[in-house]
Parts: sequence; C-alpha cells; structure tokens
Amino acid sequence: MPTISINRDLLFKALGRSYTEEQFDELCFKFGIELDEVTSDKLIILKEQGTERSAGASEEIIYKIDIPANRYDLLCLEGLVQGLQVFLGEKQFPAFKVVPPVTVPQRLIIKPSTASIRPHAVAAVLRNIHFDQNTFSSFIDLQDKLHQNLCRKRSLVAIGTHDLDTVHGPFFYEALPPDSIKFKPLSQSKEFTASQLMDLYSTDSHLRHYLPIIRDSSVYPVIKDSNGVVLSMPPIINGEHSKITLDTKNVFIECTATDLTKASIVLDTLVCMFSRYCGDQFTVEICEVETPEGKINNYPILKNRHEKISVDKINTMVGINEKADEIANLLTRMCLTATVEGTGSISVEIPPTRHDIIHACDVYEDVAIAFGYNNITKTLPKTNTIASQFPLNKLSDQLRDQLAQAGFTEALTFSLCSKEDISEKLRKPLNSVPAVHVSNPKTLEFQVARTTLLSGLLKTIAANRKMPLPMKLFEVSDVVVKDSQRDVGARNCRNLCAVYYNKSPGFELVHGLLDRLMQLLEVPLDQSGSKGYFLKPCEDATFFPGRCAQIIFAGTVVGIVGVLHPDVVTSFDLNLPCSALEFNIEPFL
Amino acid sequence: MATAHGEKVLKYLEENGTASSLKLAELWNEDHQKIVGTVKSLLCLGEVIEADLQSSALWDLTEEGKQVAKDGSHEAQVFNAIPPAGSTQAEIVAKVTEVNSKFTKDMAKVGFSKAMSLGWIVVDKSSGAPKFIKKVTSIEDKVQEHLKELATGKDTLTNELRTEYKKRKLIQEIIIKSYVMKPGPSFTTSVTKQETDLTPEMIASGSWKTKEFKAYNLNALGTPIPRGHLHPLMKVRAEFRQIFLEMGFTEMPTNNFVESSFWNFDALFQPQQHPARDAHDTFFLSDPATATNIPVDYMERVKKVHSHGGYGSQGYGYDWKIEEAQKNLLRTHTTAVSARMLYALAEGGFKPAKYFSIDRVFRNETLDATHLAEFHQIEGVIADYGLTLGNLIGVLYEFFRKLGIEKLRFKPAYNPYTEPSMEIFSYHPGLKKWVEVIGNSGIFRPEMLLPMGLPEDVSVLAWGLSLERPTMIKYGYDNIRDLVGPKVNIQMVADNPLCRLDK
Repeated sequence: MPTISINRDLLFKALGRSYTEEQFDELCFKFGIELDEVTSDKLIILKEQGTERSAGASEEIIYKIDIPANRYDLLCLEGLVQGLQVFLGEKQFPAFKVVPPVTVPQRLIIKPSTASIRPHAVAAVLRNIHFDQNTFSSFIDLQDKLHQNLCRKRSLVAIGTHDLDTVHGPFFYEALPPDSIKFKPLSQSKEFTASQLMDLYSTDSHLRHYLPIIRDSSVYPVIKDSNGVVLSMPPIINGEHSKITLDTKNVFIECTATDLTKASIVLDTLVCMFSRYCGDQFTVEICEVETPEGKINNYPILKNRHEKISVDKINTMVGINEKADEIANLLTRMCLTATVEGTGSISVEIPPTRHDIIHACDVYEDVAIAFGYNNITKTLPKTNTIASQFPLNKLSDQLRDQLAQAGFTEALTFSLCSKEDISEKLRKPLNSVPAVHVSNPKTLEFQVARTTLLSGLLKTIAANRKMPLPMKLFEVSDVVVKDSQRDVGARNCRNLCAVYYNKSPGFELVHGLLDRLMQLLEVPLDQSGSKGYFLKPCEDATFFPGRCAQIIFAGTVVGIVGVLHPDVVTSFDLNLPCSALEFNIEPFL
Repeated sequence: MATAHGEKVLKYLEENGTASSLKLAELWNEDHQKIVGTVKSLLCLGEVIEADLQSSALWDLTEEGKQVAKDGSHEAQVFNAIPPAGSTQAEIVAKVTEVNSKFTKDMAKVGFSKAMSLGWIVVDKSSGAPKFIKKVTSIEDKVQEHLKELATGKDTLTNELRTEYKKRKLIQEIIIKSYVMKPGPSFTTSVTKQETDLTPEMIASGSWKTKEFKAYNLNALGTPIPRGHLHPLMKVRAEFRQIFLEMGFTEMPTNNFVESSFWNFDALFQPQQHPARDAHDTFFLSDPATATNIPVDYMERVKKVHSHGGYGSQGYGYDWKIEEAQKNLLRTHTTAVSARMLYALAEGGFKPAKYFSIDRVFRNETLDATHLAEFHQIEGVIADYGLTLGNLIGVLYEFFRKLGIEKLRFKPAYNPYTEPSMEIFSYHPGLKKWVEVIGNSGIFRPEMLLPMGLPEDVSVLAWGLSLERPTMIKYGYDNIRDLVGPKVNIQMVADNPLCRLDK
C-alpha cells in the first residue's frame, strides 16, 4: 500500500478548512484511506539521525497517509483534495479535455528497434503551466509514487517530463547499442555513454535498482529530438538539457513501457492531476505517437467510459434499499457522474482518473463507501449448511489429545528449514531426500520444505536444554515430499513424530507409545503383517545401528522408530541419548 | 522436637495464662532461640496455643564493644600505658599489646586521638622524637562504664552518645523476634509425638486410630504433576475451529503447501505483474519448479479475463503468460484452496456452501517481532445466491461475538480479488480505541467466480485473519518467536492456561 506525505497546512488550505487530527482520521476512515502517522521533517530527522542534525529542520506537520494500491488518482495532494472535496459534496468533479495545438501536434516516432526491449510509448503536452515550489515538488513526487507502484519500479512504465521549449519535435524513440548513446544526464556536468552511466549509477542508492531492467540488453532505449538531443534513456535517467524547472511553461511528457495499458493509465493520471495548473485549466494538448507500423495514435486518451448499472443489482449486492436518484447522488460523491435512466438503471460515467473501475462491482463498492459501510444494516445470510470436519484434521486432533494425555508436550516447528536439517544433520545425502526446494530463500532457514518432523523437534529440545529430564515432545503436522503424480509435483504428508530425550535412550517408551496409539486406532499387532502392524528391524543412517525398526502397517512401511545415532544427537547440539518415532497417519484414516 | 521443653512451656502457660518467650528465656536461663524453636513446634500442633509474633529493637554491644566493656576504652588503655616520664607512640602501643593481645593498631590510633581530644595526654617534642606524656593524673573511663551498663540490659544512653558509640562500632541495634503466647482452643499440657503421614502398616494394624498426625503446610505449593501439554497456538486454533463448526462451516482440505501460481494468483484475478507475485514476497520453487494439468478450458477463460476482460469486466489489458501461471510456489494464502474448492463446486453443479480453513501460509517477508516467513491463516467463505455486503457484515459480527468482541467497524480497503473489500476494526475496551483486526474481508470479484463457471447470481463472501495475532494478544506475547518455531520455551507451553476466547 503506497504512503504519501502531505504537508498538513497545505492540505487544509487546499481543502478550504481545518480539521482536528481525530476529525481528519475519521474522514480518512470513511473514505477508505488511512492517516498512518503525524510527523514533521524535524521529527523524521530526529528519529533517523539524532538531535544535532534535526536542528533547524522544518517543524511543519506532515500527514503520512496510506492510499489503497489501486487509487492512483489519490497519490498526490491535488488528487487527494479533489477526491475528498467531491466526497464531501463540496466540489464538482471537473471534466478533462484533450485539445489539438494551435499549430501541428508534437509527434513521437517509435522505431522498430525498441521491440526487443521496451516497445511502447505514449506522450502528451501540458501547455502554459504555472508551477510554484509546492506544485512543482508535488509533480515530481507523483511521478515517483507512480514509478514505485503502478509502474512496478519502472519495469512496466517509465515517465520522462521535459521542458518542451528546450527541444524540437518530432521526437524519436529508438533502441541503440549502449556505446552509441552519449549525453549529459540529469544533475551531471559532462557527457557519459550509456555504458559509462551503468557504471556511474551502479552505486547510486536510488537509480541502481532500475539498472537490471535494461542492463543485459544489447540495445538501450533512448528518446531524442529532431536535432539528436537526448531527452531520456528510459527507464534510467532523463537528459540534463531538457530538464523541467520552476520556470518551465510547457511540459512534454513521455512514458515508455512494456505494458501499453499501464502507460496510458500513467499518462492519464499525470495529466489529470496537473492540467489544473495549465493556462486553460483541465485541458491537455494532444500528441501523436507513430508506431513502427506507421500507424498514428493520439494521446492522452482521457476517455470517459460508461457503465450501465442496475439499481436492483446494486441494492442486492450492498444490502441496502435506495432509490435510483439517491444512488446516483452517492456515486457522484465518488467522482462518478451518474445519470438515472428510467427503468431502474443508472448510467455511470467513469472518468480517466478512475482506471481502478474495471467492472460494475467496483461501482457497487463505491456506492457502499459513499453510503457508509457502517450504515449498512447487518443481516445474516439464509444459507443453511451442515458442517463437517476435514477427516485428516479430525484424526490429527484426536491423536494430539492422546499424545498429550500420554505425557508428551506439543511443539510447533516451522515447515521450512535448511538443507542440512533434513540431510547432513540426519546423516543422509541430500539427493536421497525427496525434498521441495525454494528458489529464492532470503536465509538458510528457508531452503527446503521439511520432509520430516524430527529435526524441528530436536531443535526444540536444543533450545530447551534447561528443562528437567526426561523431555518428551511430539508434533502432528505436515511434511512435504515431491510427487510427480500431483499437478504441482509435490504433496503434503501428515506425520506424527515423538521424541524421548533422557540419560537413557528409552526406546521402550516410544515403542510403548506406538503400541498405545495403535491400540487407540484399533490396529492389532500382527507379525504376518497383512492386517495389523509390526516392527521390522532395519538400518537407517539417522539411527544407531541395531536400534531401529520400520513400522509396517497392512504390509507397507508407514514410519520408523529407534534410538538416534550419536552423530545425529550431537549435530543438533545435544548430548544425551534420544529415541524417536515418526510415521504417516494418513493410512490410518 | 523437644517435647519435654514443650510441656514445660505448656505447664507454665496453664499456670500463668500468658507467657513471653523472652521472659521464659530469662526465667529458665535458656537461649532465647531455643525457646522460640519450642514455640514454633507447639504452633504446628494445631490450636494448642496461640502466639503473637513481636519484634523489638534493642541496642547491644558489638564484639569490639564487649572488649571495651571488659578492658576499658581504647583511650583509657592508651592513657594507662603511659609511664610518668612519657614515652614514644610505638613503645606505648607495645605496652598495651603486651597486656591485651587483642588491641589492634586501629584501636591504638583511635585511642591516641580520643585521649588527645579529651585532653588526657599531650605530645612533647622538646627532646627530639615526639613523646606522649600524661596531662592529667587520673581519668574516668565513661565509655567503659556506659557499655558495662548496656551489657546488663539497662539502656540509659543519650541519643548523642548512642550515635557516637554506633559510629565507633561499639554498639549495634538488633531486632529480637519473640512470641507472646496464650492457650489456644485445644489447649493441653501433654504433647504426643506426631506422625508425618499414614502408612500401610498403620492401616493394617489399626494404629492410626490412636496416632496424632502432623498438620500439612497448606501454604506451600504441591508437587508438580508429570503431564503432557498441547501447544497454545493449537489451542487457539481449536477454538476457532470450534466456532466455525458451530456456525455450520465445513473444513477445507488445506494439506497442500505447494501450489501453482495459477491457483494462488491467476485464478483469483491477481494480475501477473502484481507486486505480491514478486520474488521479494513469495517463495518460488526450483524443484519442482512448474505445475502441469491446469484445467485447459478454465485456464483459457482466466487468460481471457486477465488480458481482454469479459464477464462485464475491462480486464487488465496485458499479455497473460502461461509460464507465469505454471510457476510453483509455497502458497501465500489459503484462498488458493478456496479457489480450488469454488471451482470444484462449480464443476459439480453449484450448491450453497460454507467453508473454512486454518492452516499454514508462506511469505518471503522481512522477519520481525510480529512477522514470520510462515504463519497460520484463518479463512471463512460463504457461497450462495444473492448474498449481500450486509450479510458479510452480519456474519462477521456473529463470528467475532464468539471471540468476545462485540463492537466492530469496517473500513473500505483494496484487495485484488474482492470487491467490495473491508478491513475489520474492533473496539478494544482496555485500550479504549479502535484497533485493526489483522485480516480482511470482502466479496469475491466476478472476474474470479464467473470463469470458474459459477452461476452469475451467486456471490461469495470471504474473510481471513491470522491465527498468530489473536493468540499473541490473548496470551500477551510481543515476540512471535516465543510462540512458534523451535525456539519456543517448553515451560511456557506447560504453563499456558485453557483457551477461552470469549472470556
């Protein structure tokens, strides 16, 4: 969820009134955003860098506000104020216009070479704009917020904004070998080739995150004007030449992308938020984008989409009973112009700021928000069903109760562990273990899914060595093994594991526990092995030679019982004899 | 127990009606502590006597004080050792030590300085080496007199002197605990030896009938009983499970930690570029890396609704790739299972259903005191014709009422697969404020349900929360590692009380 930082006094000035913190928090709650933190530059610096550095920093109050991830239209002061004022019924939502320029439109020509790296581009011009320090900062901040969220850290879309009066169209978007791109990037005093820039920025705390997007490509994207001046090398950096300043009057905006839909949404959002500062308010100048096929598309699209909604359906979905015109009023407060159309139907105009609305259900939600979630009458569904337990869970719980009654204490260990927990430490080669491997673990603790509950219990004993002896622990839980018969190539196994840790191995105790569990499951001891269970001597590297047996139930091996090998004991930082029992309970269902 | 002594005390009590342990010690010339021991053993007999414990402060001589009482004050000893012609300090000290072997250098130092300040002696430097000579002919050793008097139990010291002697470490304050006794309700003067406990022999011989038994000390704790325990988190899980069952919800089979991206994300209309699908947030698998056997027709419908829309939706307008959907992962939510269940429900001919699950989910998150890479998700799902947001709110009230939470409120939220979506807040009477119930609720999107083949007028309500969070709040843990994982303190598991969420 994105968080935006807004100067409180500027916010209240724009809203045309002040609020107490509680009042504003309440308004946010109803509207579906969240006042996350109240702070100031001074407090932030104080917290991060200490008292000395904070001296002299601004004490103006900053509201940090959490915005839902799909509300790109609320990511700046302008959009937030507009949304809240319309929600409160204090302002009408503006109509945005796309107009042709007095002379010929600017044109952005996409070359075929971009196809392999970043094939899409859109553009627009904000004409006769007037920035002040605050609106200029907001304009830069919004681009940053969009880059981080909707643009997926610039991988899907990258925005470049330029002072149109410093460059000359038409503009060319192409992809060139890194060494043949050379320009002076933003905030640098000399020219660099693209390859040099990749080196330069490899240590930049901000820009280095974007380098992998193009680094390994043989060609890098670049936008130049008709004189060959580099505007930007998306998605990394703009050129110094065309950079916008407080004095910029005409802004050329380009968005390059791997996802055209998102590029258009980004462009719409940016121009809708800042066209209010144009000479002709809420008006955006059209740009022509020529595709490699020679097709000309006009941007920004700024389309008002219409959705027909049934009043009955809205009332049913939300659980309210409102008349058509009342619902239309509610929608208007959510920036959706709604017109009642006779027979219980409403036509809703979805503006280009509300790209989050892609289905009628999104409109229903806006009705519910404007109505107030907490004003909806609560009712119980008439759904009449008979409940049942998942049989495996029921059996697990019954066995867990019995294990505790037998004096064993339940541990709760992780399903993920290190490779050595299930191999080396148990004296088994990793390739003999049918384990599921994680490709991107952040730490050694999450390399594989466990194939046995034993390691987790031994780790638990190791962490509890101060407890009086004997220690008797158990766990009934899932392990995961590879299984090519399943669609995902793996399955869970519900295992039961118990360990006894004392000055003597106590094999007879875990053996006795097994007998008790079998008695509870009504499984008889049966050496012939066809119906009941029995123990069959075996050798297993985890266990002490001659002190280990397979548990055979109905002719198949379901588990193992024995005294742990001393090397296993010591590999878990333990030093006393230990016997263990582990078997799969699924055959006993 | 000194029975004879006990009877002596009891006899004295019978004759005198009351007795103090201090007085008895004096009377019988016994060590006071011995009398106290006797009183304590009499008290163990039950209500034979009643005794009040009293403590009194008393000034007594220290070891050094006792020496002074015997041999005189340090200054007097120094004075007395000086010959008429005077002598050097070393000679004087040697002379005192000759008579009194316990006289130390420190004492000598005090003795000289006190004798000087009292004006008893002076230093004479006229003949080279400094010599001490007597200034007065005779002295009165008040210090010795005072201490002698105090030793007899007579305390007439002025506060000033008391402070001085205390400072000189000659006297100290001691607290004496003594008993004042009187006969109890079952007073008797004969004390029999008491048995500690019943034995098989006593039962066989019947001797228990004539024996007296020592009273148990019921103020001490009993012996811990050997026992097994269930884990606290699993106890809370059992409560939630019970609540769902009481409300008629059927348990879903969630025993599949490995899931395909398709069921975990695509089926839920979560676009392939969604941040949750980043390697930063999700554990992907290298082996087995991909899933097969995704239902072909259904997958085509999912692909279409993502890339081009349909079912009334605009879709996300991107190039949906099967390779992304096939990537295996450790499920990030149990909603992947709900998706499989709803698909099966549609395939089998829809019937209204209520499902729940409580099981593990995995997030490749940065770990802290409240976040682990795996946790338990609680999920409830209701599928029926014509369900409303008001129904969801109603069910949530009933669900949380069973947890002892009466006041709820709902905040609009965003979730890629529910619309409307609501965050649930509950009123915390202790903190006197609204707190977020970790979890979310909403109505599944048509883009999720309709490609599965569910009827158009069926709505599916769902909510989810973590099991760990309410457990941490319930039992007051601030670090999740104290609750889950191999670092769990088994003593904590043993001491954990019953789980009664509604209490």
